[in-house]
Amino acid sequence: MTNQAWETLSNQAVGACGVVYFLALLAALAEWAIGVGARSRASAVNAGVKVGPGVESADVVLPETGSSAGPSDRALMLGRLTLLLTIIAVGVHAVALLGRGMAADPHRVPWGNMYEFTLSGTFVVAAFYLAGYARFKLAWMAPFVLLFVVTVLMVAVLWLYEPVSPLTEALNSYWLVIHVVSAVISTGAFTLGGLTSLFLLLKTRWPSATWLQRVPGPLDLDRIAYRMHAFGFPVWTFAVLITGPIWAHEAWSTYWNWDPKEVWAFITWVVYAAYLHARSTAGWRGRNAAILALVGLATLWFNFIGINYFSSTSQHSYAAPVEPAAHSVLVLGRT
Amino acid sequence: MTDLDRRPGELTLGELLRWTWRQLTSMRTALILLLLLALAAIPGSLIPQSDVDALKTSNWQADHPTLTPVYEKLGLFSVYDSPWFSAIYILLMISLVGCIIPRCLVYWRALRAQPPAAPRNLMRLPDHLDYPVDEPVDDVLARAAVVLKQRRYRVITAADAVSAEKGYLREAGNLLFHLSVIVVLVGFAVGSLFGYKGGVIVMVKGGFSNTLTQYDDFDAGSLFDPDRMEPFSFDVKGFDAEWLVSGPRAGMAHKFDSQLTYRETPDGPEHDYDLRVNHPLKIGGTEIFLIGHGYAPVFTIRDGDGNVTFQGPVVFLPVDQTFRSFGVVKAPYAKPTQIGLEGEFYPTYDYTRATGPFSAFGNALNPRVSLLAYVGDLGLETGEAQSVYSLRKDGLKLLKKPDGSMFRVDLGVGESVDLPDGAGSVSFDRVERWNKIQISRTPGTGTALTGVCLALLGLLGSLFIRPRRVWLRARRSDGSTIVELAGLDRSGGGDVGAELAAIRSAMQTAGADTELEEIS
Ligand code: HEM
Repeated sequence: MTNQAWETLSNQAVGACGVVYFLALLAALAEWAIGVGARSRASAVNAGVKVGPGVESADVVLPETGSSAGPSDRALMLGRLTLLLTIIAVGVHAVALLGRGMAADPHRVPWGNMYEFTLSGTFVVAAFYLAGYARFKLAWMAPFVLLFVVTVLMVAVLWLYEPVSPLTEALNSYWLVIHVVSAVISTGAFTLGGLTSLFLLLKTRWPSATWLQRVPGPLDLDRIAYRMHAFGFPVWTFAVLITGPIWAHEAWSTYWNWDPKEVWAFITWVVYAAYLHARSTAGWRGRNAAILALVGLATLWFNFIGINYFSSTSQHSYAAPVEPAAHSVLVLGRT
Repeated sequence: MTDLDRRPGELTLGELLRWTWRQLTSMRTALILLLLLALAAIPGSLIPQSDVDALKTSNWQADHPTLTPVYEKLGLFSVYDSPWFSAIYILLMISLVGCIIPRCLVYWRALRAQPPAAPRNLMRLPDHLDYPVDEPVDDVLARAAVVLKQRRYRVITAADAVSAEKGYLREAGNLLFHLSVIVVLVGFAVGSLFGYKGGVIVMVKGGFSNTLTQYDDFDAGSLFDPDRMEPFSFDVKGFDAEWLVSGPRAGMAHKFDSQLTYRETPDGPEHDYDLRVNHPLKIGGTEIFLIGHGYAPVFTIRDGDGNVTFQGPVVFLPVDQTFRSFGVVKAPYAKPTQIGLEGEFYPTYDYTRATGPFSAFGNALNPRVSLLAYVGDLGLETGEAQSVYSLRKDGLKLLKKPDGSMFRVDLGVGESVDLPDGAGSVSFDRVERWNKIQISRTPGTGTALTGVCLALLGLLGSLFIRPRRVWLRARRSDGSTIVELAGLDRSGGGDVGAELAAIRSAMQTAGADTELEEIS
């Protein structure tokens, strides 16, 4: 296939996966509505995941997930449909990424600009959701994950789109590849963790709201959120405090330069460290820890999108084009 | 003084100190200090920092004359070495040390401790289960000890119960993590105190030797000692870049390659090195990076008296991808008046009515300059520092054509032009190239890197090793044996229920196996 063909394939795949995500979102919303409408006391545990034989976890899960009335057949069917559509969408999404990488000459990882970074970021969020689906019983989360992915993809296509182009020289480093892969992965984990923490807050505020009935209880939510953050944090540490500095050192001669991108990555790191602390500090567990997790997520996305409007990276006072203006390339898509 | 003399709530000095220390090393203080650190880092990302970008900072300061003195007092132009920022992280480190050392001691003791005896009523623990079997108590306990040991628990057996614990390494990981944070900080501090970073523009075919005076810009830590700079020198023998002429990034260059020869000491042997982006040259502890390149048109200026008053390459700084470059030429020795030129260089000159002159391409295919000429006083004798990239126009007069219209020095290579008013002439002889080289020495980098890697290792242990205690009690009741199993997760993240279920099924499979053995 020619580069042009790959690029076209990628664009079409983005469109297609957007549509499938959207259908999945509709199915998920319909399932949610049925659940709420029927005042079904079914929990996500039973709706989405069959408890396999031999796993007698039923008597050790928390009381609030125990339920008498099972979900209706229609809800079960919609739940499976949502899952199936999400899997298809993630597959097509992967094709879109692959096409993007193959379209560049030389072939490369697909994150040369903000459009590609967003494409990868949403992919990781959706893929992680699927990866944790059975383990953490995430079926209840489907509408929110899908809403997030559909919205961000739409923003990417409408405002961030850029044709395929080769990377500037300084971006051509395998340290950068590792750096960005780990940053994207932890962004995905933190985003899912933040979403869970958000529901923890909602659920503690309105414990018996009908529309929150499908959401697991606060203890479960806290545990799921912790596990996701606990996964994201070391990966983020690796991205921001190990590979980032190594690459910065190769390209810019200083491993830590306090430029705004680095500062905000550091802030994110510190806030998540505070979150992990809060979970074992008396008086900070639960609600306050969840708020910290959301603050962390806000700093993370602010760093990705917002910081450029307040301050530009300062590596380019000489504006010499060799100069590896990597962060601004990643973010603004300019070169 | 007896205790009766003291008002309630009054503390002795010793008590006050102890109280302060306990507060400082408490988990809550650590948490608040962490949040303060995050908060305090924000201003530095919004306000330009003088040690990150001096030029941008001075521009900002010029634009905000009222805010500048206030910000200066608050240290907002160098947040990351301001007293208040330092205070936060120093407090955090003290808190960390005060927290870690006692925990290390506790851990040391805990390492050799046996799992605690089973609580009286296991069914009161949040995670528990029970099931009947029809074997004697001792068999069940013996099997439990084997099963739990297989699952890598540390086990002791009492009369009616087995206690087991695992995940001791979690605390070790946590301690390693916190200790490594200190190591990283030490490495970082050594780098910023003893290190330096400097930039220099070197002409292709030019050279550099590593002494303070040769740098264009230089930024060193407060304990930096210039006598310890490594005495290397290098020459730039040649420079190549490949220009993309097709594809979406047409017009961009890549594969920059600066051919150096260098000596580590003035009388050492000569070596060759291809300096490329992302491939620094390392000499001893110093590293040399290629971070930019550009053009330097070579001018000859004759003054009003007809003498050559200036001749040589002048560095022009690129302003965009096409290498349209801006620069200034100063001829302070020109007679009768000094001459200054200011304007642009276009490597591949082109012109349309709509855009005016522009550069179509970064490669020097059709180089031209277009400059304005000034005469008068360049202001170099005032003693004020002046950038080589700007003209001080206070004492200068813009030269115009005799008819009063605009005069420009518009030249291609090999051309020359007479200045109006008999001020002299300018010729554009050829184009040379320059490389921007960054040189830095950052001691402590290895320490910091080792520190973060250890920290990551510790973190993995701390987050993924689940410290667990499990108790199993067996008692006779109505002719069968009731097995009670309960567990505690000490990290708060684990799913003990699943672990208990797994232990139970392991017990049952092991039981089935022994039965099979007995039958056969
Ligand atoms: C430089 C600042 C610090 C950073 C970046 C930091 C980071 C962390 C992180 C990421 C964890 C999570 C590990 C886990 O959840 O198992 C943690 C746990 C912990 N930290 Fe810190 N910490 C810092 C300072 C302190 C200080 C000053 C104290 C003493 C009060 C402290 C006491 C603890 C304790 C006791 C835990 C274990 C909590 C648990 O059992 O989950 N830390 N720290």
